[in-house]
Amino acid sequence: MQSKSIEILVGLFVSLCIAALFFLALQVSNFRDLQDNGSYTVLAHFENAGGLKSKALISMAGVPIGRVAEISFDAENYDALVKMRIDARYKNLPTDTSASILTSGLLGDKYIGLTPGGLDEYLQEGDTIELTQSALVLERLISQFLFNSADKDE
Amino acid sequence: MISIRNLTFSRGDRKIFDNISLDIMPHKITAIMGPSGTGKTTLLKLIGGQLTPDSGSIVVNQQNVHQLSRSELYKLRKKMGMLFQSGALLTDMSVYDNIAFPIREHTQLTEAMIRTVVLMKLNAVGLRGARDLMPSELSGGMARRVAMARALALDPEMIMYDEPFTGQDPISLGVLVQLIKTLNHTLHLTSIVVSHDVQETASIADYIYLISAGKVIGHGTPDEIRNTESDWVQQFMQGKADGPVPFHYPANDFGHELFANDTQQ
Amino acid sequence: MKFFQLIGQISIKALAKLGRAGLFFMSILSSTGYLLFRPGLLIRQIYSIGVLTFWLIAISGLFVGMVLGLQGVYTLSTFGAESSLGIMVAASLVRELGPVVSALLFAGRAGSALTAEIGLMKATEQLSGMEMMAIDPLKYIIAPRFFAGFISLPLLAALFSASGILGGHLAGVDLLHVDSGAYWSQMQTAIDFNDDIINGVIKSIIFAWLVTWIALFEGYDAIPTSAGISRATTRTVVNSSFAILLFDFLLTALMFGAP
Repeated sequence: MQSKSIEILVGLFVSLCIAALFFLALQVSNFRDLQDNGSYTVLAHFENAGGLKSKALISMAGVPIGRVAEISFDAENYDALVKMRIDARYKNLPTDTSASILTSGLLGDKYIGLTPGGLDEYLQEGDTIELTQSALVLERLISQFLFNSADKDE
Repeated sequence: MISIRNLTFSRGDRKIFDNISLDIMPHKITAIMGPSGTGKTTLLKLIGGQLTPDSGSIVVNQQNVHQLSRSELYKLRKKMGMLFQSGALLTDMSVYDNIAFPIREHTQLTEAMIRTVVLMKLNAVGLRGARDLMPSELSGGMARRVAMARALALDPEMIMYDEPFTGQDPISLGVLVQLIKTLNHTLHLTSIVVSHDVQETASIADYIYLISAGKVIGHGTPDEIRNTESDWVQQFMQGKADGPVPFHYPANDFGHELFANDTQQ
Repeated sequence: MKFFQLIGQISIKALAKLGRAGLFFMSILSSTGYLLFRPGLLIRQIYSIGVLTFWLIAISGLFVGMVLGLQGVYTLSTFGAESSLGIMVAASLVRELGPVVSALLFAGRAGSALTAEIGLMKATEQLSGMEMMAIDPLKYIIAPRFFAGFISLPLLAALFSASGILGGHLAGVDLLHVDSGAYWSQMQTAIDFNDDIINGVIKSIIFAWLVTWIALFEGYDAIPTSAGISRATTRTVVNSSFAILLFDFLLTALMFGAP
């Protein structure tokens, strides 16, 4: 019987399809990002985290170094608590690093940009970034601008 | 060997068997005859446990078929061979593999031993030379003979033939009649032949049951049956067009129906 | 009154069929153990169900991807966002088109063939014949086909998505000169392994279960005449397409619906 050639064809079929699955995982998705060499969590309080979503990028000097893990409301301080997972390769972020919520392009996604400080101590697992700047809310910006120009007129 | 007692079976509202009882003797050929549509095939399926009767019992080898567990039923079926009307050969296998199939499934024989058994069975039906053909390449008569060889593959104690003679040319018919008879003698089988071909069946049967409208109408040896006085039996055995079984399917009065048709339009 | 009686009859029939189909599925499951001893049966069926559908899926995937590439570039260029082409192609393929279209093609190619095959086996008494040879056709015929379909379709869906993404590259990058680096890198940042790829695979596993179950049951339950088998084959394609789209909606709502 030709059962041997059938077995070979089935083997080829299965391995090709599994190769396709690997292609999807490695070439198409962020699978490699998830296979991180470990990561550590850093917290930050924002007065306003409007528009920021979990899994948003965290970048420093324009290079992605982590992702937002969770955003929650802190009932004690009435502000937003953002948990950030930062790749373990970037261990040496100074403790006075500042975080700000930025927008990529005029209408793009919100992301967190980190700006390094100058201290010699580095952020550890579970530390909190003290210096934060909230998301820019367009309405507030416009009303501020209107008030300012009204003041000038007087 | 097989005793059927007070069997009742219906499909939907139609009663196919109405309280029938019959016995099948070991090592004999028992014929079950009757007009088409009397459920002869159904009877074989009931014996094989593929259908369950409404009431009554079928006892094969002192085992009540419908009270067996699934595995016991499968064990019993290995002792039954069945020849289906269409042959029921597996169309994606060659003749050789069709016959080897039940042996491969049920035994641990080596391929060399299976080959010996298969060739023996094929030789018995005279088709050793056709072993590499596919079922689609066989004539109807050959397919039935292959199916016979397959039914014999597990050396059953009994074999059931479902309409073995229908639609065969005279030569294949002669071959089949001869085969059923010789196989029964040489292998000491118990055979059940379901058929409505009177001459062929009567020529090989040791005992005949006539079934019509869910009842056993007559039974006996072929000679006893031929000499019964019953009009129905005579009509069936001689193939008359009209008699106790009317030519017309039950209908309203002809003149009345023609008239009714007119008024409707 | 007649109207309600009709509704009643239809729903009773449908429920009875669903019940039979459920029992049928349970008995397939109970035959799983048998297959472990007979992997040859499974491999033969993967061949006739999966391997023979390979080219259909691969080529359809390629063309669907190319169409997505062309349409994507035309639409995105009005916003000057051609560089997001990779996201658009990959997200629509991995989340939706891959599982759904490959399941629909699979129902048409393999599902209808399964129904016709089983129906014909029933009509030619091959299934009864096996039973009388004390071989359970559910174990020997049905179960291998079920698991072969169940294994093949998710693999084929992955193949469809992959060749679609390559097709998108072919049309968008090689034909319309979108930047190749942007195509891949945008895709990689936007497509999440857990959310998109794994969910797509889960979808195709559920579709595989649906299509093979429907196809085999329709064949097994078919009226064993030529008209009965042709009706059953039609029902397989229609019912499994409906089931695929309905379940796709439910699964999408479940997976991507919640914020």
